[in-house]
Amino acid sequence: MNQRPLSPHLGVYKFMYTMSLSILHRITGCAASFGFLVFVWWLMALASGPAAYASAMSCLGSPFAKLLLVGFTFSFVYHFCNGIRHLVWDTGRGLERAQARRSGLVVIVVSLLLTSAAVWFGCRAIDVLSTGVAP
Amino acid sequence: MSLRTPLSRVIGRGSAGEGVGHWWIQRVTAIALLPLTAWFVISLLGQSLQSYDAMRGWLGQPWVAVLTILLVFTLAWHSRLGVQVVVEDYVHGKGAKTTLLLLSTFVHIGAAVAGIFAILALALS
Repeated sequence: MNQRPLSPHLGVYKFMYTMSLSILHRITGCAASFGFLVFVWWLMALASGPAAYASAMSCLGSPFAKLLLVGFTFSFVYHFCNGIRHLVWDTGRGLERAQARRSGLVVIVVSLLLTSAAVWFGCRAIDVLSTGVAP
Repeated sequence: MSLRTPLSRVIGRGSAGEGVGHWWIQRVTAIALLPLTAWFVISLLGQSLQSYDAMRGWLGQPWVAVLTILLVFTLAWHSRLGVQVVVEDYVHGKGAKTTLLLLSTFVHIGAAVAGIFAILALALS
């Protein structure tokens, strides 16, 4: 059994950042699955009435949850953008190494920009609510 | 010479018996989720999230409710397919794998039904 040839595995390849992007798609997908459950919990709280919704929102408004939400926003945006990259690959385009590395960089930069924009809009929406005026 | 029977070749579903069904539906749901999630996130950022009445009024509108039901349904399906791949790749024991896949199916269907029920309850009351 030990004499049989092994197929090449992770350890034999030189590290490329595209590898991290690949596993990150999976990790952010798992995070999104968890986020889906939180989303449903939030919908159920809304359907259960004002008291349930208020306690759900105070749960989501705790500092720890806010930090998680920022991380989750990046995770979700990354999965969204990298998903588009995968869909383009499915058409047979962009599979050359240089192209795949470039599209990976584009995905990271766009994800960071969109995350910043979403966090900024989110904070702004909360400010509007607490002060009653747009800052 | 192929060892596959002519019938197997004609049906074209391979050894797993599913053909490219999993792969294809993952793509179909991914494409559907691009506009659905973009619409939902952008619309949500414009709402008064802290206000129960505002959120209820927003989600209860017919088109918002319909699109959000589609979102919950498609998210659950896409998530179920994705989690299946992760479990199949990293969990090797037959019992553990089957248990996790069953659990994932039940949780996803349960969450989808709960989410859709919640939206209907808001929209129809």
